[in-house]
Amino acid sequence: MTVLRTGGLSLRFRPRALGVGAGAAVLAAGFGLVALGSGDYPMGPADVLRTLTGGGTLAEHFIVYELRLPRLVTALLVGAALALAGTVFQSLVRNPLGSPDILGFTQGASTGALVVVVLGGSSLALAGAAVVGGLGTGLVIYALAWRRGVHGYRLILVGIGVSAILTGVNGYLLTRAPLLDAARAVLWLTGSLDGRGWANAGPLLAVLVVLAPLVLVGCAPALRMMELGDDAASALGVPVRRLRLVLLAAAVLLVSFAAAAAGPVSFVALVAPHVARRLTRAPGPNLLPSMAVGAALLVGADLLAQRAFAGHQLPVGVVTGVIGGGYLVWLLALERRAGRL
Amino acid sequence: MPTRDTAAPPIRRGRRAARAAGLAAAAALLAVIVVLSIAVGAKAMPLADVWSGLLHRDATEYAVVHRMRLPRTLLGLLAGAALGVAGAVMQALTRNPLADPGLLGINAGASAAVATAAAFLGVTAVGGYVWFALLGAAVVTALVYAVGGGRGATPARLALAGAALNATLYSYVSAVMLLDTASLERLRFWTVGSLASADTATVTRVLPFILVGLLVALGAARPLNALALGDDAARALGARPALIRAAVIVAVTLLCGAATAACGPIVFVGLLVPHLVRALTGPDLRWLLPYCAVLSPALLLGADVLGRVLGRPGELQVGMVTAVLGGPLFLWLVTRRRVAQP
Repeated sequence: MTVLRTGGLSLRFRPRALGVGAGAAVLAAGFGLVALGSGDYPMGPADVLRTLTGGGTLAEHFIVYELRLPRLVTALLVGAALALAGTVFQSLVRNPLGSPDILGFTQGASTGALVVVVLGGSSLALAGAAVVGGLGTGLVIYALAWRRGVHGYRLILVGIGVSAILTGVNGYLLTRAPLLDAARAVLWLTGSLDGRGWANAGPLLAVLVVLAPLVLVGCAPALRMMELGDDAASALGVPVRRLRLVLLAAAVLLVSFAAAAAGPVSFVALVAPHVARRLTRAPGPNLLPSMAVGAALLVGADLLAQRAFAGHQLPVGVVTGVIGGGYLVWLLALERRAGRL
Repeated sequence: MPTRDTAAPPIRRGRRAARAAGLAAAAALLAVIVVLSIAVGAKAMPLADVWSGLLHRDATEYAVVHRMRLPRTLLGLLAGAALGVAGAVMQALTRNPLADPGLLGINAGASAAVATAAAFLGVTAVGGYVWFALLGAAVVTALVYAVGGGRGATPARLALAGAALNATLYSYVSAVMLLDTASLERLRFWTVGSLASADTATVTRVLPFILVGLLVALGAARPLNALALGDDAARALGARPALIRAAVIVAVTLLCGAATAACGPIVFVGLLVPHLVRALTGPDLRWLLPYCAVLSPALLLGADVLGRVLGRPGELQVGMVTAVLGGPLFLWLVTRRRVAQP
């Protein structure tokens, strides 16, 4: 822990956490550079950089700015948003498995989107329905888990129950759709970045610009205190209930908008905070390093999904699902050995 | 057991009579639902037609009853009993009120194995599914037991671990469906949990597995009761804890694997019924298991009939109906009771 003082202001930070955040950001940028340069029209990193800074031919400009950059930006934003939401969730429920995909929020977003798929609607309506579904599920879970405040395990169990109900509903909606739409819906449910344009990235960017500072600056110190337990946090002057509501709302919004942009990409919200925590070796929520790790993770996974099998592009959700699933099994074994499960 | 029939005090004898009467009433309820399950559908049949359709080869209803409704009903009976009894013995074994084959990921394990078989190995019929489903169920059962059998495993933590496994396995299943449109077409109905595809071959295929599983589970009722007192007390009562656990795991694998292979993953039946029954019989597995074996099929078939009525002219898949019926009970259970402790 280092403290920086200038006049009346002082800033505490961990050099290692900053280093991890910067390292992950550089990694994400590196992946991004490769992603921008690869495709049916391969470009070297130098060409990409030249195009990005305003040079390059008209064709290169079109390919980078209209085709590849939107996808990259969407990936970065979705990764950062999911990681931030996952960190907040895991910290709030005080459990390393408490990620939004397990607690039913992403299933709610999926239900909203599937309703649009079955009824037929534009991709804009689909994104809007995903947001509405995610927020609605968040409200229902919060209301059901409420008993003189919302506590970690009640939230988890209610989330699991709601998620099981919604999984049934989602499966039913999937059988209602014609086969072609069903295939599209499964693709959406897996999480994919194919064909994402600026229209997908925009709303998420706006949400992230508003919520990330709110969470990072406004709530992070209090969140750290809340990990001590409600009583201790209250004694330290944290308005526990109000803060929990604000943080939950922010996390649900982030998850919903991320799902609207790229579909419910699985396990990024679970894995990114863990990786960040292991790298920074810092207790408490590592919000900023997690965001950087999440962005790097999703861009890297997308790159892998596009390039791993020649001639066969996988949706990014398949890659994160496989990586996250493997990590999860390892985590369960580890928790078990440590006697925490 | 110091008190046998002759020495039983009147209150105990009265309770036993009440339980037996309750079981008879449950069986009567099941019989009514079985008749409904044969009668209700796209072509509704009055009772007289059901009867003639069952017995008279030349009746117009014979084909409908024997090709479609009867196998479907039989499969519902088998799968319902399998899931209910599996849930009850899982709850006893892990001493965890939230243990349910669906919630803990056992059915999802079977689904993942079946999806693999369907997409990559070209297995298309239930006859082939069943072995893969058993394998998948066995792996996840062992995993769940390894995670949840320990001392520190609270209901909430076990449920969370199960939910995590579920999420992993279902993301794998949807990835498989995505890569292969043919398996999407086959599996998207199956993954919801449905009795609609039942035929005689399916029923005869899973029948032996479920029967053996049921027998093993029922046979384990008395030693499992002893095990509820703790390993040492169970040993003192003559039970062999390791053997019982192995037997129960085998039974759960057989029951869940076969049920999932035939009708897809169905959640909450294994949770809902044992909890309702426990309110009637108390925790004694010698009564709990037979009640579950009778009432779970009643629930599953009832949900199936309800799905056929509500979903006219098509039908709602039974897995969805049970999820929507059972989910609120689960929510009630976890918000009301002490389950929600860390």
